[in-house]
Amino acid sequence: MSEGSSQEPITEAIFQHLVQLAAFELREDEAEYLRRELNAQLTSIRDLEAIQIPDDLPITSHGVPYGPQIRPGLREDEILASGLADGILAQAPKVVDRYIIVPDLPRTELE
Amino acid sequence: MNFEICDLPAHELVSRLKRGEFSAEDALESTLRRITQVEGRSGSLDPGSPGPLDAQRVHAYITVTEDRARRQARAVDEALAAGRDPGPLSGVPLAVKDIFCVADTTSTAGSRILGNFVAPYTATPVARLEQAGAVTIGKVNLDEFTYGSSNESSAFGPTPRNPWALDRVPGGSSGGSAAAVAAGEATLSLGTDTSGSVRQPAAFCGVVGLKPTYGRVSRYGLIAFASSLDCPGPIARNTTDAALMLAAIAGPDRRDATAANTPVPDYVRELNNGVRGLRIGLSPGFLRLRYPDAATGELSEQGVQSEIEQAVRQAAETLADLGAEIVEGVELPSVQFGIPAYFVISRVEAASNLHRYDGVKYGYRFDGPLADLSQLYRQSRGAGFGTQPKLRILMGMYVSGEQYEKRYYERALQVRTAIRRDFERAFDPQGPYRVNALLAPTTPTTAFETGTVYGDSVLMQYADLLTVPANHAGIPALSVPAGLDSRGLPIGIQLMGPDFSEGVLLRIGRAFERATGDQTWRQAKPAILQDLARA
Repeated sequence: MSEGSSQEPITEAIFQHLVQLAAFELREDEAEYLRRELNAQLTSIRDLEAIQIPDDLPITSHGVPYGPQIRPGLREDEILASGLADGILAQAPKVVDRYIIVPDLPRTELE
Repeated sequence: MNFEICDLPAHELVSRLKRGEFSAEDALESTLRRITQVEGRSGSLDPGSPGPLDAQRVHAYITVTEDRARRQARAVDEALAAGRDPGPLSGVPLAVKDIFCVADTTSTAGSRILGNFVAPYTATPVARLEQAGAVTIGKVNLDEFTYGSSNESSAFGPTPRNPWALDRVPGGSSGGSAAAVAAGEATLSLGTDTSGSVRQPAAFCGVVGLKPTYGRVSRYGLIAFASSLDCPGPIARNTTDAALMLAAIAGPDRRDATAANTPVPDYVRELNNGVRGLRIGLSPGFLRLRYPDAATGELSEQGVQSEIEQAVRQAAETLADLGAEIVEGVELPSVQFGIPAYFVISRVEAASNLHRYDGVKYGYRFDGPLADLSQLYRQSRGAGFGTQPKLRILMGMYVSGEQYEKRYYERALQVRTAIRRDFERAFDPQGPYRVNALLAPTTPTTAFETGTVYGDSVLMQYADLLTVPANHAGIPALSVPAGLDSRGLPIGIQLMGPDFSEGVLLRIGRAFERATGDQTWRQAKPAILQDLARA
């Protein structure tokens, strides 16, 4: 994979760090495409920096304000059986005795 | 072409069904027959090479659940025979975007990583539609995890084609939904709209699409993309059907804490109240756009396709003739930054939501030799996710990194506030504009050719430039057909209003439909149905 331009904010090293965090195994051509598109998207995202915004403009967690008149109340703290346990377990790729089986956890033996 | 039940709008189908003119099973058979005629191969994970007929078919579905549909249709007929009312959507054939869980059906999100996932429960809006008497025909294709505006990113091929021009995309991400409704493969479809994914395909396919207010419809059972923006919404043949469908799916839900606890109006009863006295705004920000050049990627100011601008202006004149007051020059200065803010917010939320797919609990697991659990994650996610989810996850992780969070994520959330305030100012009854709704194009262009944009993730995202502001603000928005361009492709216009004003938007849309009912373009049919009529 090419090192790309030094102007690109997402360098090969940053990209590899992101790939590791995201837990992806990538093909070489796929990695090249992804890094190029990420840098192209950042060009658009940088448009945000041009906007005149007062520093004290609050952030919103979503557009519609959830005032008390429309906010659903808290639910009763009670246990409700879903009856879905078998259906959920049936979706697990590998199950033995109702335990989901995975390969060994990565570990380091202490000295 | 002879009369076909599958071409009726839902409200007419229901009233004729209840009058005993035909049964729910007849309606189902009519729809299944149409599917046989126009669908071709439905999407699959291993479609192989394109077949000779692939380019001439719609490919809207991933799964047709015929047996389930037959049981539902029979139950509707039995209820009617016993003198019971099966509901306001009795016997209406419904296609569900495959981003909703439906019990005992594969629920794939258009992704290999959920290719074998059988949902153990049903999403609230689907359950409500079925309780209202709708008959679920199956699950329709979409962009993978809804990430796209053309439906080309689905892992299930062949991907849907536009029934009006089969060499063009149906839009996305609810492309299968809009294509199915336009081609008579379903009467209604349940889609989702995160940045325009109901409205843009509705505009491209000549049907009606409604993004409700955020929280108007429960998201329980919707496979999440960007949780602060996702809205389930109707895709229908006209505003009456959209009103019927919204009435069925809207309302509080104890399983979704963001489902607003506010009453659901009788949308259908309000429909024909007209537009007299309503103030409808036009904003220059929705006609002059900052858009990337296809060749260089540089942003520059461009207009929307001229025929689309003309359709908006003609619609404004029509509404003015009906008694609405048109308010020109509504300033919405922040909406032009909708896409950059969306690039950040949606990616951060997507990265968070997609961490759950790890090959352990459900979905695809890499079946080769594995040294340890971390390799299981990497191989399963590497092979299970397509390119677009990977791109969104990586960008989400980058812009939410500690060193970039303030510069990108917090700033994007501030821009969302600014966009919201623009709309609040426009709708404020004491403000400078005092509009009840804003009228704008739904899309900058009509449907584009398959393969011409896909791969350029920036250009594809800008297809949502005119729809994404309503998602940031959380407000409702309705896309209705408003004509055809010189190539015969559908043009959509959208109406946006204050929170929970769906009833007003549907009223305006309905008034426009009635006023333009005898115009020539209203008689035009999608190309695939014209071919069928000639056959």
